[in-house]
Amino acid sequence: MLLFTISFPGPARADSMPNPARQAELLNLVRQDCGSCHGLTLAGGLGLPLTPEALKGKSPEALEETILRGRSGTPMPPWSPFLTEAEAAWIVDILLKGLP
Amino acid sequence: MRHKIIPLFFLFSPLLLSGCASTPLRGTGDMGLIIERAAGSVQIVETTHRTRLGQVPGLGDLSHASVNYSRDERYAYVFGRDGGLTKVDMLEMRIVKRVMQSGNSIGGAISQDGRLVAVANYTPGGVKIFDAETLDLVANIPAIDDAGKSSKVIGLVDAPGNRFVFSLFESGEIWVADMRVAAKPVVTKFKGIGKEPYDAMITGDGRYYLAGLFGEDGLAMLDLWNVQAGVKRVLNGYGKGEQKLPVYKMPHLEGWAATGNELLVPAVGRHEVLVIDQNKWTEAGRIPVHGQPVFVVARPDNRQVWVNFAFPDNDTVQVIDIASRAIVKTLKPGKAVLHMEFTPRGEQVWVSVRDDNRVEIYDAETFEKVSELPADKPSGIFFTPRAHRTGQ
Repeated sequence: MLLFTISFPGPARADSMPNPARQAELLNLVRQDCGSCHGLTLAGGLGLPLTPEALKGKSPEALEETILRGRSGTPMPPWSPFLTEAEAAWIVDILLKGLP
Repeated sequence: MRHKIIPLFFLFSPLLLSGCASTPLRGTGDMGLIIERAAGSVQIVETTHRTRLGQVPGLGDLSHASVNYSRDERYAYVFGRDGGLTKVDMLEMRIVKRVMQSGNSIGGAISQDGRLVAVANYTPGGVKIFDAETLDLVANIPAIDDAGKSSKVIGLVDAPGNRFVFSLFESGEIWVADMRVAAKPVVTKFKGIGKEPYDAMITGDGRYYLAGLFGEDGLAMLDLWNVQAGVKRVLNGYGKGEQKLPVYKMPHLEGWAATGNELLVPAVGRHEVLVIDQNKWTEAGRIPVHGQPVFVVARPDNRQVWVNFAFPDNDTVQVIDIASRAIVKTLKPGKAVLHMEFTPRGEQVWVSVRDDNRVEIYDAETFEKVSELPADKPSGIFFTPRAHRTGQ
């Protein structure tokens, strides 16, 4: 168990929230850069809608996985070069709640 | 004699004088719009003195917004992501009419005769055509393929002969709609043109329609002088055997640089600008650039081409010299450069820097920054002379 957590350091939840400055950056990234394909209001575009209603019932882990690794066979790219797992988890969280 | 007295009377009327002072006559040929994507507003600007004239709010979700102009350059048609089509009076700086014409749209076009405005829609997929004067719906072309499935429509442009040309993302088709009888479009369909056309352009002469493919490496080309020949594949498999990079922002083809003999286009998922020989329709070269190109825009004299890039390289602009294919300048305007628009004769270029909330204005010859204007998350910049260009 200890080995497991050492070799996969990351699947972070509320205990490793991004700091407020980074949260502001991430929020801008979601609105503007995710918004390029998913719409500024996240109601969808070339990409699917990402509103709380549209994401209802989807597993947060699977959504996190999609953000970090992308979806092959679609234009959705992997964001892992730019986001930690904790940050992806935070993004999933705000998407499910609805953007502030 | 009487007819001389009347003008004199008007000349000295205080009412008329004050009226003149508040609304001086002006042309619109040096004017333009800057999209403020998050605020849902547009700024009205002029390029002679490089000033902001006003702002028009209330245009909805303007992510990926684009603009066409009426042939008199008085009115702008703004196409919003949320399906809103808004007609803006450039002189009175107000919304004349606004219709919510679909749930989700991607862009539009104005017909050769200026009487029809077409909008490309994602949800539900198709093209809706409106009377340019009233914005009343004239015709509706649902993008339903033979299997009954709806597609998102992209790459909608106008073409000579009062036609609209557009592509279907999911089904991989190019459709040509002849609008000579506006209420009864005659649609010619080209199927199996390639996987996932993501954007398209038409050359300035209105002859060649080119759709970029996302699902495979290559472009689909339709010669509108010879539609019977069908759609041909251009640059088929231009990146064969090479690893394509993830794409963080779809390239745009609206600003594709056509220099007469060569077309410069963004490579998808590569740090390259592709050069196409426009006579043979073969690859004439590749120019390595700083990142994945988004817009590749020719200066109006076609001597140089300005390129911006996708996230995470979107702080940079590069200038390519056409003759030598060398990068002659690399600029760092700021965070998230989204669009570049040249003044009509190309002495200056306006650059929107989204995350720094400003538009920068550069001398297109010396690359010196001339001025900057504040703007709220600016994206597209559209100057009125587009009114007279096919495909814009």
